Amino acid sequence: MVNVTPSVQDALKGTRVDEDATTATDDIAITVPTAAASSGPQDEPSGDDLVFDVSELSVFYGDFRAVRDVNMKIRRNEITAMIGPSGCGKSTVLRSFNRMNDLIPTARVAGNLLYRGVDLYDERVDPVEVRRRIGMVFQKPNPFPKSIYDNVAYGPRVAGRKKGLDEVVESSLRKAALWDEVKDRLQDSAIGLSGGQQQRLSIARAIAVDPEVLLMDEPCSALDPIATARIEELMAEIKAEYTILIVTHNMQQAARVSDRTAFFSVELDEANDRRTGLLVEYTDTAKLFSNPDDQRTENYITGRFG
Amino acid sequence: MTDMTIRPDRAPLTVDVLAGPVSRLRKETAIRWFFFSAALVSIGISILIIWSLVNEAWTFISQVDWSVTWGETGWFPRRGLYDMPTLLVASLIVTIVAMFVAGPLGLGSAIYLSEYASRRTRSILKPVLEVLAGVPSVVLGFFALFFISPQLIERIGRNGWLVIGALIVLTYVALVAGWARNLMKREAGTPVSVQVQRILMLTLLVAGALVLVWWVNGVAETADTFAVKRSGQLAAAAVGVGILTIPLVASIAEDALASVPRELREASAGLGARKATTTTQVVLPAAVSGIVAAFIIGISRALGETMVVFMAGGAADASQFTSSPFDGGLTMTAGMASLATGTDSVVGEGLTFQSLYFVGMVLFLLTLFLNVVAGRFVNRVREKY
Amino acid sequence: MAMATIGNNGAARRVEDEIFKQGRDLRGAGFRMVLLAALAVSTLILIVLLVQVLTDGWPVIDERFGDFWSGTLRSRSSDDALGISQGIAGSFWIAVFVAVLAFPIGISAAVYLEEYAPRNWLTSVIDIAIRNLAGVPSVVYGLLGLFLFVKTRDGNSSLMAGGITLAILVLPIVVITAAEAIRAVPSSLKEGAFGVGATKWDVIRSQILPFAAPGILTGTLLSLSRAVGEAAPLILVGAITGRLAPRDGSFFGADQFFDRFTAMPIVIVGWVQQSGRDEGFAAAAGAAIVVLLAFVILMNSGAVLLRNYFEKKRG
Ligand SMILES: Nc1ncnc2c1ncn2[C@@H]1O[C@H](COP(=O)(O)OP(=O)(O)OP(=O)(O)O)[C@@H](O)[C@H]1O
Ligand SMILES: [Mg+2]
Repeated sequence: MVNVTPSVQDALKGTRVDEDATTATDDIAITVPTAAASSGPQDEPSGDDLVFDVSELSVFYGDFRAVRDVNMKIRRNEITAMIGPSGCGKSTVLRSFNRMNDLIPTARVAGNLLYRGVDLYDERVDPVEVRRRIGMVFQKPNPFPKSIYDNVAYGPRVAGRKKGLDEVVESSLRKAALWDEVKDRLQDSAIGLSGGQQQRLSIARAIAVDPEVLLMDEPCSALDPIATARIEELMAEIKAEYTILIVTHNMQQAARVSDRTAFFSVELDEANDRRTGLLVEYTDTAKLFSNPDDQRTENYITGRFG
Repeated sequence: MTDMTIRPDRAPLTVDVLAGPVSRLRKETAIRWFFFSAALVSIGISILIIWSLVNEAWTFISQVDWSVTWGETGWFPRRGLYDMPTLLVASLIVTIVAMFVAGPLGLGSAIYLSEYASRRTRSILKPVLEVLAGVPSVVLGFFALFFISPQLIERIGRNGWLVIGALIVLTYVALVAGWARNLMKREAGTPVSVQVQRILMLTLLVAGALVLVWWVNGVAETADTFAVKRSGQLAAAAVGVGILTIPLVASIAEDALASVPRELREASAGLGARKATTTTQVVLPAAVSGIVAAFIIGISRALGETMVVFMAGGAADASQFTSSPFDGGLTMTAGMASLATGTDSVVGEGLTFQSLYFVGMVLFLLTLFLNVVAGRFVNRVREKY
Repeated sequence: MAMATIGNNGAARRVEDEIFKQGRDLRGAGFRMVLLAALAVSTLILIVLLVQVLTDGWPVIDERFGDFWSGTLRSRSSDDALGISQGIAGSFWIAVFVAVLAFPIGISAAVYLEEYAPRNWLTSVIDIAIRNLAGVPSVVYGLLGLFLFVKTRDGNSSLMAGGITLAILVLPIVVITAAEAIRAVPSSLKEGAFGVGATKWDVIRSQILPFAAPGILTGTLLSLSRAVGEAAPLILVGAITGRLAPRDGSFFGADQFFDRFTAMPIVIVGWVQQSGRDEGFAAAAGAAIVVLLAFVILMNSGAVLLRNYFEKKRG
């Protein structure tokens, strides 16, 4: 915990300064300046660039308000990281971005959540359509008990696609950096893959439907450092095509991969004596980790939380 | 990457786009309605059952001369004598005797399987109960008539059974007394409602014990009619019903025992308690609601069992009133079945047909009541852990 | 050390016993024996039952099983044409009715309850209805069948009446077991599928039903064997226990749906009743039971094995 800050700083330096970095860091090196240039609080993204416009979002489980006061504007082709202590509602917020919370009977959303100008919680909106555009990768790898091929082809198939599946499967697996490892055993059960491979399979499965946004809930929490590095590389590679939101407990990871970071925290809600999460600070990643505005952010990233 | 310009996310997005194609929505709605209507069938069936029972039973209730339903010599529906006590007492005898078989055997098996048996023993003995659970009741009827009746009931004889019955009843009384003493010791600090419940239950058990003593005594004095019959007797049928009920009692009781958290057992063992002490002092009290539920569901099942009594109960068509298990008799269920055999005679003269539904309604209400009560007990276990 | 100094003192022994939980815990051992006896008696009963049935039925099976299989209900046990073909046919068609009616409806209802049902009063009414239906005695279903299908047809019983009645009888069992199997589907699977834009029906068809299939199959096998062994409702709807004239039509002919009928358990009941005046029927009943039991036990153990296999496979 003590050396969190130095390593975070190193990570930031790495992304910005090091010219001889891999393709992955190269990509970030290109985007960071532009993001930084347009990232002042006074600068509002708009039109085509604004993917999510979240204002005063609260999520409830029954009577319990799990998160409140979420205000975020998420830009196209950026990676946004969500960090914060356990139970502060990161997953809850992330899941409300593609209406996964609809699957929990008690969950309810209040406030505004606009996706490219359309209210995602408009009663005419079909969650299925939303999820085809906004894909999700879960914390625990959850391959279907089917073949590797059928796992990846599942999304396109339910979307009604019948032709060209081979190409989709191959290109998705390639993007997820899994192709070389599985190309000879596409018909084997996906359950037999290692944890890291399963997680990359989940990513391949998510991008096979060609979504516009990828939501990733702690995609690396079950992985070793090598697999983690691959997935981070992958994110950098595909970010030109996707807008990515990633929840992570790993601050170095947030600093390495993301353009912007949202810090969530928990506070005791006196009204019902339960701990409610809230968005504390949301800004440019470099700023958040080097010079946060909020004291709570400062405490958290320097390891003085709680 | 090359076709980025034609990616859909570059086109303006509207609510209509996110609403998805109407056809898909329609299809999903239709499927939902399909599943929903399948679920509604259960309500439909319930309504039909109640309606059919009430419909015919009402005719009986409104037209029958009530004096022939109580205190007559017996159940002679084709002669217009519908003596309910005949059926009710026979049902009571069969249920009590059956539970004296199924209760101890089912509960004992459950405790052994859940607390003592090793994985291996369990995997061998559990299937025995599962096979027993699948044995059709006609098979038990056959077994009761051709084995239990001659080999068990008649061979041991009336006097032998009276001694055995008295012993069983005494054991039961002793258990109730011991339990009552235990309860009284731990009375301090328990909420009033619990105390009232306990006292009620205790009163019930003591009353039950007294009735049993009185009944065994009565049978001993009166039942000189015991004779070897080829058609069986209530006792044989009751033992058969009891055998059928063993697996049911065992499986519900085992579920209840399994839901007692492991920590409770470990805590008790950690205090140095022996296995038997842990089981009787910690596990059984914790699972008591579920065990009570197992007994109540067992009673409900025994009350509703038809074929065993019909085949081995020692009476066909009609029956004299009797309170002795060594006589032939008709329970409510067997009475219904025997009215319905002999082909077209059900739709006979007078209220015969309707009496069938009247008895059915009484049986339905009794079992429904028992099941609802048992459900309460099961829920109580769920809430606790 | 302390133990050693006290030596063979009785108190030390007792302490030792308490500590090592062995030795002469007579009450504990007795308790255990009583419990084991309960299981042993249950097992013994099953064995005696099987032996009794087999020995009673053996003469018939041994001497004339072929005729017995193809024979019909007769009024004398010495009749060479006495047999169970009509019972087999009736039970077969009843099983078909159950499979065609109770399985799809029951599984669909379970899908609705587990995957669609909102939390409202209607759902709890459905839930209560199913739970209580499962506890209704089978004769009462017979009363329903009698009321619905027989009384309206001038008191003529029919195979269809029996089949539908038994389908209704096992419906709650199918629903409850299927719902249990569906509940066991991990939510991560469903989320994964929903996450890539699957509709509810997609998820049910491609994830839930395949995963729950073994559990559902177990339930359907159990309910099928229950339906085939059930006699009381059929007696009520007027299945024939006495003598039933052989039919001209084929075994599979649908015309028999509206005819008078019998079934395996009914055949057994009939023969047991007639054994009072004609002893030979007892052996015939025993043989019929052997056939029925073989089928029922096969189904049940199939179901149990299937369940154990998949439970083990999924850890
Ligand atoms: N299905 C649910 N029903 C009720 N409460 C829930 C549910 N899911 C989450 N919660 C509650 O909502 C709050 C936020 O949970 P959430 O899972 O979003 O936290 P998180 O920030 O993702 O935590 P972690 O870092 O541990 O994953 C917690 O208090 C949690 O208990
Ligand atoms: Mg989370």
